[in-house]
Amino acid sequence: MKNRSLVSITDYSKDECLKILELAGEFENNPNQDILKGKLIATLFFEPSTRTRLSFESAVNRLGGRIVGFADASSSSTTKGETLKDTIKMVTNYVDLIVMRHPIEGAARYASEIASVPIVNAGDGANQHPSQTLLDLYSIQKTQGKLDNLNIFMIGDLKYGRTVHSLLMAMSHFNPTFYFISPEELKMPKEYLIFLEQKKIKYYEYKDFMPIISQADIIYMTRVQKERFSDPIEYEKTKNAYILKNSMLDHTKPNMKILHPLPRVNEISVDIDDNPKAYYFKQALNGLYVRQAIISSILGLK
Amino acid sequence: MKDKQLIVNAIKNGTVIDHIPAKSLFKVITILNLDQIDSQITFGTNLDSKKLGSKAIIKIADKYFLDNEINKIALVAPQAKLNIIRDYEVIEKRVVEVPDSFIGIVKCVNPKCITNYENVTTKFTVVSKNEVALKCNYCEKITQQDQMVIM
Repeated sequence: MKNRSLVSITDYSKDECLKILELAGEFENNPNQDILKGKLIATLFFEPSTRTRLSFESAVNRLGGRIVGFADASSSSTTKGETLKDTIKMVTNYVDLIVMRHPIEGAARYASEIASVPIVNAGDGANQHPSQTLLDLYSIQKTQGKLDNLNIFMIGDLKYGRTVHSLLMAMSHFNPTFYFISPEELKMPKEYLIFLEQKKIKYYEYKDFMPIISQADIIYMTRVQKERFSDPIEYEKTKNAYILKNSMLDHTKPNMKILHPLPRVNEISVDIDDNPKAYYFKQALNGLYVRQAIISSILGLK
Repeated sequence: MKDKQLIVNAIKNGTVIDHIPAKSLFKVITILNLDQIDSQITFGTNLDSKKLGSKAIIKIADKYFLDNEINKIALVAPQAKLNIIRDYEVIEKRVVEVPDSFIGIVKCVNPKCITNYENVTTKFTVVSKNEVALKCNYCEKITQQDQMVIM
């Protein structure tokens, strides 16, 4: 992994993913170290993402590294018409590693071809966001004590949600059973179902999760957005079917945990927040350790 | 039949590309950069074909193609046949095969892909060869055969 860009979750093998999780565990026990002393990291956020940027920057700062960059494209020379290529060519001269987020899909892969230092993709449009996937894996492993043979429920927008697609790819190393619960218009795309069939991984598709919720080890919630529906009436009819409420959790497994990539709107009722099965805020904290693990392994420090 | 023989036999050395769908003729010319080479080139189009209904044929004098060069036309002329001519004789017949990757020929179908924003040469990995499907190396989206736009 040393000196290699992390653009897509498929850039890492199963063993490499596990290595990151192991390192993340070490950082969770000892998040303040000096191993990035003397290293300069760029955080180039061509579109704003406060949560992701703060998580990366906290990860670097807690390891003693320093940061240059920008928080949105309006404060970069992109507004003067500079191409991505030129921005990357310039920044790559200054720093040891570039963390970038960009609204255009494939921007991070392109940047990794231009840059002389490794790129960590912090989201390229609807395409990939591998550090999110690795922190999801870490959260699953931490809460379940294992990654193998779990029942993973994915609920909500399974068509456009990049987090569920990447998590599906990553979990496919660990023989899961998937339960996909979504409105008809937002079903898991066929290419992913074909991928699972090729890997002989079981999956089921449902429109309603209540009859089966007692099977779940992990419930991965996503936001159903109004603008995804071609028919607004269809949205009104379906929106309440994908909201999780505390009373629904009565007959769930004791080990079951609820994950969400955040931000949440109303798909997880706030009365769940105090339930020990709610894990989404802790999940976000895990992002810090996982990003520490990613950066220090790419820089060859761990 | 007599006409067809004349066309094929008319070059001494070179390559004849037969069984091109008539509507793909100019795409084949573009993909192979035939508008850039100095050889004598003759083509015929809207010829009768049992297989294709209407076909085109191109003969290029003194020109032989490498596999990875000619295979690029598999996208627009998957049933094309090549006759390699030396001294008026067909010394070899070849069919085109879909290669494992494409660089620069096809436009990515995803309007939000970086290749449609900046001056980036497209790169695709072939994920299906029968019904050709290409996965963009940048945005990772699939471009299906019926969506393909040749650049």
